[in-house]
Amino acid sequence: MSNGGGSYNAQNDSRAGSTGEPDMGTEPTGGFFSADYKKHDDLKQMLDSNKDNLKLEAMKRIVGMVAKGKDASDLFAAVVKNVVSKNIEVKKLVYVYLVRYAEEQQDLALLSIATFQRALKDPNQLIRASALRVLSSIRVPVIVPIMMLALKDSVVDMSPYVRKTAAHAIPKLYSLDPEQKDQLIQVIEKLLADKTTLVVGSAVMAFEELCPDRVDLIHKNYRKLCNLLVDVEEWGQVVIINMLTRYARTQFLDPNQQDVVADDDKNFYGDEDEKDSEEEEEDEEKEKTPPKKPYMMDPDHRLLLRNTKPLLQSRNAAVVMAVAQLYHHIAPKSEVGLVAKALVRLLRSHREIQHVVLSNVATLTTIRKVRGMFEPYLKSFFVRPSDPIHVRTLKLEILTNLATETSISTILREFQTYVTSSDKDFVAATIQAIGRCASSISEVTETCLNGLVGLLSNRNEYVVAESVVVIKKLLQMQPDSHSEIIQHMAKLADTITVPMARASILWMVGEYSDRVPKIAPDLLRKMAKNFINEEDIVKLQILNLAAKLCITNPKQTKLLCQYVLNLAKYDQNYDIRDRARFIRQLVSPAGEKGALGKHAKKIFLASKPAPVLDSSFKDRDQWQLGSLSHMINQRASGYSPLPDFPATAPDPTVRNVEVPMPWAEKTHKKKAGKPKKEAFYSDEEEESESESDSEESSSSSSESGSESESEDDSKSESGSDKEEKKSDEEAESSSSSSSESESSSESDSDSDSESEPDTKPQKKTPPPKSKSSAKPKKEAKQEVSLLDLEDIDMSSTSAPVPTPASALDVLSPSLASDLQGLSINDKKDTAISVTTPMFVSTTSHELLHRMTGEGLAANYRFTRGTCIYSTSMVPVELTFTNHTDSPVSNIRIGEKKLQAGMTLQEFPEIPTLPGGGSMSVSIGIDFKDTIQPANFQICTQDRKYNVSIKPPVGELLQAVTMSEADFTAQQSKLTGMNENSGKASIPSQHNNSKTITSRISELANVAPVFSSQDGLYRFAGKTVSGGTLLLVTVKVGEDNSASITVNCEKMAICSMLVKEVKQKLSQA
Amino acid sequence: MIHSLFMINSAGDIFMEKHWKSVISRSVCDYFFEEQQKANSPEDVNPVISTPHHYLIHIYRENIYFVAVCTTEVPPLFVIEFLHRVVDTFTDYFGDGGETAIKDNYVIVYELLEEMLDNGFPLATESNILKELIKPPNILRTVVNTVTGSSNLADTLPTGQLSNVPWRRAGVKYTNNEAYFDVIEEIDAIIDKQGSTVFADIQGVIDCCVKLSGMPDLTLSFMNPRILDDVSFHPCVRFKRWESERVLSFVPPDGNFRLISYHVGSQNMVAIPVYVKPNISFREGGGRFDVTVGPKQTMGKLVESVVITCAMPKVVLNMNLTPTQGTYTFDPVAKVLTWDVGKINPQKLPNLRGNISLQSGSPPPESNPAISVQFKIQQMAVSGLKVNRLDMYGEKYKPFKGVKYLTKAGNFQVRT
Repeated sequence: MSNGGGSYNAQNDSRAGSTGEPDMGTEPTGGFFSADYKKHDDLKQMLDSNKDNLKLEAMKRIVGMVAKGKDASDLFAAVVKNVVSKNIEVKKLVYVYLVRYAEEQQDLALLSIATFQRALKDPNQLIRASALRVLSSIRVPVIVPIMMLALKDSVVDMSPYVRKTAAHAIPKLYSLDPEQKDQLIQVIEKLLADKTTLVVGSAVMAFEELCPDRVDLIHKNYRKLCNLLVDVEEWGQVVIINMLTRYARTQFLDPNQQDVVADDDKNFYGDEDEKDSEEEEEDEEKEKTPPKKPYMMDPDHRLLLRNTKPLLQSRNAAVVMAVAQLYHHIAPKSEVGLVAKALVRLLRSHREIQHVVLSNVATLTTIRKVRGMFEPYLKSFFVRPSDPIHVRTLKLEILTNLATETSISTILREFQTYVTSSDKDFVAATIQAIGRCASSISEVTETCLNGLVGLLSNRNEYVVAESVVVIKKLLQMQPDSHSEIIQHMAKLADTITVPMARASILWMVGEYSDRVPKIAPDLLRKMAKNFINEEDIVKLQILNLAAKLCITNPKQTKLLCQYVLNLAKYDQNYDIRDRARFIRQLVSPAGEKGALGKHAKKIFLASKPAPVLDSSFKDRDQWQLGSLSHMINQRASGYSPLPDFPATAPDPTVRNVEVPMPWAEKTHKKKAGKPKKEAFYSDEEEESESESDSEESSSSSSESGSESESEDDSKSESGSDKEEKKSDEEAESSSSSSSESESSSESDSDSDSESEPDTKPQKKTPPPKSKSSAKPKKEAKQEVSLLDLEDIDMSSTSAPVPTPASALDVLSPSLASDLQGLSINDKKDTAISVTTPMFVSTTSHELLHRMTGEGLAANYRFTRGTCIYSTSMVPVELTFTNHTDSPVSNIRIGEKKLQAGMTLQEFPEIPTLPGGGSMSVSIGIDFKDTIQPANFQICTQDRKYNVSIKPPVGELLQAVTMSEADFTAQQSKLTGMNENSGKASIPSQHNNSKTITSRISELANVAPVFSSQDGLYRFAGKTVSGGTLLLVTVKVGEDNSASITVNCEKMAICSMLVKEVKQKLSQA
Repeated sequence: MIHSLFMINSAGDIFMEKHWKSVISRSVCDYFFEEQQKANSPEDVNPVISTPHHYLIHIYRENIYFVAVCTTEVPPLFVIEFLHRVVDTFTDYFGDGGETAIKDNYVIVYELLEEMLDNGFPLATESNILKELIKPPNILRTVVNTVTGSSNLADTLPTGQLSNVPWRRAGVKYTNNEAYFDVIEEIDAIIDKQGSTVFADIQGVIDCCVKLSGMPDLTLSFMNPRILDDVSFHPCVRFKRWESERVLSFVPPDGNFRLISYHVGSQNMVAIPVYVKPNISFREGGGRFDVTVGPKQTMGKLVESVVITCAMPKVVLNMNLTPTQGTYTFDPVAKVLTWDVGKINPQKLPNLRGNISLQSGSPPPESNPAISVQFKIQQMAVSGLKVNRLDMYGEKYKPFKGVKYLTKAGNFQVRT
C-alpha cells in the first residue's frame, strides 16, 4: 500500500508545476494523475511485464485515474489482459477498471467474458459471486443471454452469498435489456421464496425495481417476510418495510375507517400503552357504532405491525423512519403514537438525519389527528444556536404546529429568545411563526399582537419589517379597535426602508383610512414626494392608497392622487403604468362619470377575506412519508403513490402456504386461547365461535396455563419456548380475529399434532418455584448453547425447507467449515462421546407392500449407526425385494414431501433389480428431532408409490457414553420443564439389571452409564439432529416399582420416551 | 438506489468519484455548488437537492462533502445513513476520514466502496466483515506484503457474512480476555438567565471494548433498567430478552462498538451539575463581562475539564479579562471567547471578569450572547444508571471486566 501511496505522492509532486487541464481541479489538492500519454506507455509496459508487483503498481495508478475521473480508456486492451491474473488484488482492480470502461469498449470487453464464465464454476463462493457481479456490471448488451444463463444458475446456487449477488444482478440485467422482464420476474419469484435472511432483502429490492405492482408474488411470501424481518440486514429491512407498506395498503382494510365517527375523542394517545388504548378504542367503537359491523384487523396486518415494532429500536435511522412511515400509513391511529419517541431520538443524530426527520415530523404535525403524539416532546424541538439554518426553520415550523392553548405560553417565551438572535432570516421566520400562533390560537392573539408591536421599536430593521408584515396580516383578521397600532405603523413609514414592510404599511393605512383620517392624507403626501425613488412593490401600494383615499376623502387628496397617477404614467415598469391607467379610469374618469366610477368604492373598499396563515408543510402529506418525493415536495421519478385502502378486503387466504408454517400454527393456538374475547365484540361472531368454544375450552385453559409458566422460564428454553412466547404475545397484542379460522382450518390439524406433545410436559412440570432455584445453575453453562440454538431455531422454524447451513452440511463438508457461526456441533460437551449402539434391531418395518408395489416390496430398518451422509441424519436401511419375475428398473426416490426443516438424503438410483432379487440401500433422514413421518415417493421406471417412514422416538437418538459424574452434572442442569418422570411396575421375573438394560437399549438408542448405586440404571444418548443430550434414569424400588426419569431439552421427546419406557418395562 | 458518489473538499474540488451504474458526468455537481454558494456555512447546505434529472443527497463530514447522486425515488435517510456508514468505515480503517487519509489510501477506499455497494444497493457494511475482506493498512502488513507478495484482499468469504452473527468474525483469539464498558451520559440543557432549567435531558451510550476469544455470549444487567426511556441497540442485542427481562444479552462484535444508546426522559428531574452566573452588560463603546462557575449537584464528584465558550456579538473588538483560574483566549476574527477553566474547586469558585471593547460608533448589541459549557465528571452517571453485573456464557475462561462511568455536557447552553 505504501507503494501506491508513495508513487501517488510522487505523481503529485512531478505534476505540480505542469499545467493541468482546465476543467479538472488544478489546485494543489487536485489531480491524482495527469492524462499524460507518455505515462500511459509506461503503464502499458508495466502491465505487460510478468511481475505481479509491477502489474499491481500499474493497476493502482490506473484506479487512481479512474477515481479522479480522468480518462484511462486507452489502456483498456492492456488492462483487460490481466483479468486472468492469479494475484487477487490485481484481479480486483482489473474488475474495477472493467466495470468502469466496458461500456465504451464493448468489443474488447468481450475478451474477458470467458474468464468470468469459468469463474462462475469456481468452488469458492466468493469468486463465483464476484464473477457474477462483474459480469452483470459491464453493461454490454451482447452478453445478455450469457448473463441470463449465469443468473439462472446462480439463483439456485447453494451459497446464499451468491444468490444475494444474483438478486443484485437482476436490475442490472433489466436496465440493459428490458425485454427480459418476464424471465427475470420468474427469477425474482424464486428468490423471493428464499428463506435466507441474507437473500430476501436483495430479492425484495429487485422486486421493487422491476415489478413493484406484482403483489401476487408477495402473497405466498408475506408471512415469511414478516417473520424474517428482524434478522434481515438493515438495508434490506428498509426496502422490505417500504414494500410491505404498499402491500398492506392493497390487501388490508383501513384500520381507521371508523375513526370518522369516533374522531373527536381521540386526542390523547401520547404515551398510552398500546394495548390499553387499542382495547379502549375498540370498546369505544363498539359503543358508538353498534349497527355497523365492527372492524376486525386481519391477523396478517397485525403480524406486520407487531414484527416491525422492535425495529423502531434500530440504530439505523433509515429503518426507524421506514417503520414510522409504515405505522403512519397502515396502523390504527391509536398506535401511531409509538413512533414519536423513536423519531425524537433520531434528532440527536447527524444534522442531515435531523433535517430529514424534522421535515417528516413537520408533516406529521400538520395532521391534526396525530399531532398529539409529539406534544410530550415539545422541548426537544427547541432551537439551539448551533443548529444549521434549515434545521432551525424546521424546528420553528414544528413548534408552531404544536402550539396549543396549554403550550403556547412556553412556546412564546421560547420565541422571544429567538427574536434576539443575530441571524436575521431566523428572526424573520420566528416572527412569522408568532403570527401563525396568534392567528391559530385566539386566546393569545392579543398578547402576540402586543409583543409584535413591541418589536416595532426594535433597532434591527429586519425585525421591524417582518413584524409589520405579520401585524398587517393579523390586523386584517380583526381590524376593529386597533387604530393606535395603525397610527404607530404609519409613523414608521418615515424610517423603515424594507420595501415589503413599507408596502404593507401603505396597504393598511389605505384599507383602514377611516380609522386614521388625519394621518392618511399626510402619509400619501410624503409618499408622493418620494414616489420615483421607491421600489415597484411600494409604488403599486402608493397608487392603491391614492385611489382609496381619493374615493373616501376626495377633498384633501384628489390633487395628490392626480399627481401620483401622472408620475406612474411615465414609470419604467409596465405593471405600474397599467395600474395607473386602470385606476385613473375608476377614480377620475376624464369625461362624464363612467359606469365603472359608480362602483369604484365597492371595488376598492370591498371587505377582503383575512389571509389564512398555514403551514408550508400542509400539503406534504400527499406523499409517502420518508420518501424522496416528500422531501423535495415534488414527484421524484419512480415514485408511485401509496394506493388507498380497498373498500373490501381481498381474499386473505392467498397468503396461506401449503406447508403448515410454524407461525400459522402459532396464530391458531393463540386463537384457541382467546375465544371468549372475540365473542365479546359482536353477536355474529359469537355464534360462529360458540361451536369451537366447547371443543377448545378444555385445551385452551390448559394451554394458557402452560403459556404463563413458560414465560417464567423463558430463557432456559429454546425453540419450543420461542413459539410459546410468540403466541403469548400474539394473544396479548392482537385484538383477536375470527376471519382466520376458516382460512386455515386444514392446517390446524397438523399444528395440533405437533404442538400437543409440546404443551403436555409443561403441564406436568413442578411448580415454578423449584425452577427458579435451579435456573442460575442452569444458565451458568448452558446459556450460550441455548441461546445459539435459539438463533438457529429462528432460521429453522421460520424456514420450512433446509436452511442453507444444513444443506451445506450435507453437501460439502469443506463449506461447512465456513459456517462455524452456525455450527451446531460447537456445543457438544467434550467429555461426552458418541458410542456404538448397544443393540441393533433386526426387525424391519414395511415401507411398501408387495401388493401395492405391484411385486416390488420395500422394508426399512433403523441401523443405529452413524449416517454416512451427515451426522444429523438418522440412517435408515431400505431393502427392496422384487417378487415378480421380470426385472424392475430405475428404482429411486421421487418427490419428497417433508415437514419443515427435514431433509432426506436419497440413495443412488438402482438401475435394475432382477426378478426375485433383493437389494439393500441406505438413506439418511434428518427428522429434526420430531416424530413427524417423512413422506416421499419411491419411483420405478413407470410407477410411483407414496410411502412414509415414521420414526419411533427411540430411533431419533444416538448412544453416547459419559462418566457418572458427568451424568449427574448434566442431569442437574436439565431440571424443571426439561425433566419428565413416570412410574411403572416391573414384573418380578424381569426385575434384573440385564433385562432392564436390554429392554431400554432395544427401545431407544442409548448407552448405559455406569452406576455406583444398586437398583439405579442410567442411560445416555443425544438426539441425532439437534445433538441435545438425553438422559434416562430408572430407579427400581423394593416392590418392583420403578420410577423413570428422562431429562432432555426436547420436551416432546422427553415425554414420549417416558411413556414408551413405562410400557416396555411393565411388559410381562 | 445510489448511482454515483462524488467527494468534494472544502475548496470545491471533486477529488474522487465512483460510479456504481453507468457514468454520470461530474457536471451534475454544479447544482450542488450553486446551492453551496447560497449557504452561509457548510452546514447550512440543504442535504437533499433536486435537479432536473438527478437528486443530490449529501452529507458534510471531516470537511468533505460526500455527494450521492440518485436518479429515482429512494428514502433519503437510506442514502444519508449509508454515507455516514461509509465515512465511519473510513475512520475505522485509516484513523480519520479526512481528505488526506482518503487520498493516501485511494486504492483501499475504492475497494471498500466497491465492496460496500453493488449496483447502488448496500452489500456489506459491517465493519468486521469488511475488515476480513479488505485488510486495513498498517505498517507491518505493508512490509510483509512487499516481501511475501501477499495481498490485502481475502480470497475467501468472511464467515460472518453467512452466519447469524454477521457482526462477529470467527476464530477470535486473545491472550488477555477483557471486556470494558463505558457508560457515557451527556446532559443536554438550556438554562435561562435566572438559572432555571428550560429544558434538560440525558442522552447516554454504552461504548464497549470487548476483546474476548471464541464466541462469548454476554449478559449485562442493570440495577435500575426502568429509568431508560428509549433505547436503540446494536443489532447484536437480543430484543426479546430486553423486552421481557430488561437485560442486555448479546454475542458481542470484536473490538470497539456502541452497544446501546439511550435516552432518559425529560420528565425525570435532571440533576444539573454546574451553574454559571453570567453578568454581561454592554454600553456605548464597551461593556462589562463577569462570569462565575460553580458546582451544583455533583454527588461529591469533582467537575473537571470545564470549558466555557461564548460567541460574542460581531461588534465586539476585544476583551480584556482576568481569570482567577485557568486560561482564556478571545479570537477577534470569529469573536469567540474560550475560557479553559479546568477543575472546579468548590472552595474557591472560578471567575472571569473584565472589560469588553466595542467598535466605536456602532450601537451596543441589545442581546447578550449565549454561553455554552463543557465539563466532565468521572465515575458518575448523572441519570443514576448502574450496571449490576456482567455474565459470560459459552466460553470457559474468566474474562477481565470493567465498567467506567462518565458524565459530560452535551449541548449545554446558558442564556444570558
